[in-house]
Amino acid sequence: MALFTVQNLSLAYEGRHVIDNLSFTVAQGDYLCIVGENGSGKSTLLRGLLGMISPTAGRILRGDGLGRQDMGYLPQQTKQQRDFPASVEEVVRTGCLNRTGLLPSPDTRTKVEENLRRLGIADLRRRPYAHLSGGQQQRVLLARALCAAQKLLLLDEPTASLDPAAASEFYRLIDDLHREGLTVIMVTHDIPPAMEYATHILHLGTKSHWFGTADAYGKAGSGFTGGEHHA
Amino acid sequence: MHEFFSMFEYAFMQRALIAGIIVALCAALLGVSLVLRRYAMIGDGLSHVAFGAVSVATALHLSPLWVAIPVVMLAAVLLLAAGDREGKRGDASVAMLSTASLAVGVLAMAGKGTDVYSYMFGSILAVRIEEMWLCLLLGAGVLVFFLLFRDRILSMTFDESFARASGQHIGRIRLALALFTAVTVVLGMRLMGTLLISALVLFPAMSAMRICRRFGHVLVAAGIISVVCFAVGLCVSYWFDLAPGATVVSANLAVYALLSLIRR
Ligand SMILES: Nc1ncnc2c1ncn2[C@@H]1O[C@H](COP(=O)(O)OP(=O)(O)OP(=O)(O)O)[C@@H](O)[C@H]1O
Ligand SMILES: [Mg+2]
Repeated sequence: MALFTVQNLSLAYEGRHVIDNLSFTVAQGDYLCIVGENGSGKSTLLRGLLGMISPTAGRILRGDGLGRQDMGYLPQQTKQQRDFPASVEEVVRTGCLNRTGLLPSPDTRTKVEENLRRLGIADLRRRPYAHLSGGQQQRVLLARALCAAQKLLLLDEPTASLDPAAASEFYRLIDDLHREGLTVIMVTHDIPPAMEYATHILHLGTKSHWFGTADAYGKAGSGFTGGEHHA
Repeated sequence: MHEFFSMFEYAFMQRALIAGIIVALCAALLGVSLVLRRYAMIGDGLSHVAFGAVSVATALHLSPLWVAIPVVMLAAVLLLAAGDREGKRGDASVAMLSTASLAVGVLAMAGKGTDVYSYMFGSILAVRIEEMWLCLLLGAGVLVFFLLFRDRILSMTFDESFARASGQHIGRIRLALALFTAVTVVLGMRLMGTLLISALVLFPAMSAMRICRRFGHVLVAAGIISVVCFAVGLCVSYWFDLAPGATVVSANLAVYALLSLIRR
């Protein structure tokens, strides 16, 4: 059963095309890595999948039973967030807001607790977000995303500000979540871990796109895995 | 001690104190979100729009308050609630709107013999009964809003992309924040002055962020700092016959400097 079926999709900002004629599918349990140069439209595609911008052509079909409430999103981190005055718990709790009414439900507490523990940051809960390392901050944002949804994760360059050790640890964490049954769609610039963990790769290029399994991507050779992407 | 309280025997001082404390509290709470969203200059822009609206209303013999409130609300919605997606284009439009309103306001005042100085720098005598009641209404509204929606305000301030993606209705929160900001600026302008009201939005938030690392604490601290600075500033302005806006801002500056020294 496909969670997303994307057919001949075009996305644009104010009439300027960013993505043209893109087709691919994401099935339950897939781990899709989206790669491509800066400005190739990776973040834009995630926003399209999340329903934040609508296609100018083609369509995005969402599978049965996949609503907004099932998708957790980890956006590309902005500079102003890094020194934001909020505690870890406060940040994670904002992930539960899409379900709660005026007053926080008792469910919020357990959900926050569960995800703090799942990501190994339970003892950081009272710490200021701004005082955490980049890797810890990404875990906090991941916990927030998991509070918002437990079926599908969309991650936008989650390792961009991490050192290599923290990045590989983060990739293992995502891998664990994937093994637990979560579907993962991740934008990344790191080809080797993408090849190691992902089941599928989507390469956004300026002229054409490539979509297939990670194994096939490895064999596709220099055309798409050339040196330019290892930057 | 008796002498100290004697100044509050005047009705105008009572009104200035009540209205000012409420405006100071509201401006501080709203300011936290504005400063964190990098909209610090919005208070300044809106106060100039308010000045323009008040001048034109006065020239046309209309009620300044009831002209300024809707006009500034409109400006606030245009600048804040409409949003600028990811790019920050707001900067130039705020400056344009602000200087244009100032020019229109000065022209409208020409030859009317109105005291421009009191508009620019505020006056202790300016708060009338009508404005005080509006302040009480505003204060109640802002307090309830922050009590009920603290988490949502945090969510929108911290990460708009995430909030929108996960289906939180941040449009309404944005709109409410914009409208509250507009009313706060209009009501505070006569007391604090056009040029200085935006300091109430800025300073308490900046001071609170010096010492607090949790969003909830920042809100509480900003509110307390702002109210205390206002009360102290008002008394000083009465004793030494100074413009209240300037003394209040100086008190805020002193607190900010002190906290910056402590937390270095
Ligand atoms: N809000 C926006 N309004 C207008 N154009 C935009 C907007 N966001 C992005 N763009 C443009 O769309 C194109 C694709 O941007 P996008 O952010 O999707 O790229 P990306 O692949 O995620 O890049 P990066 O690797 O740097 O994150 C870019 O040319 C960018 O300038
Ligand atoms: Mg991007």
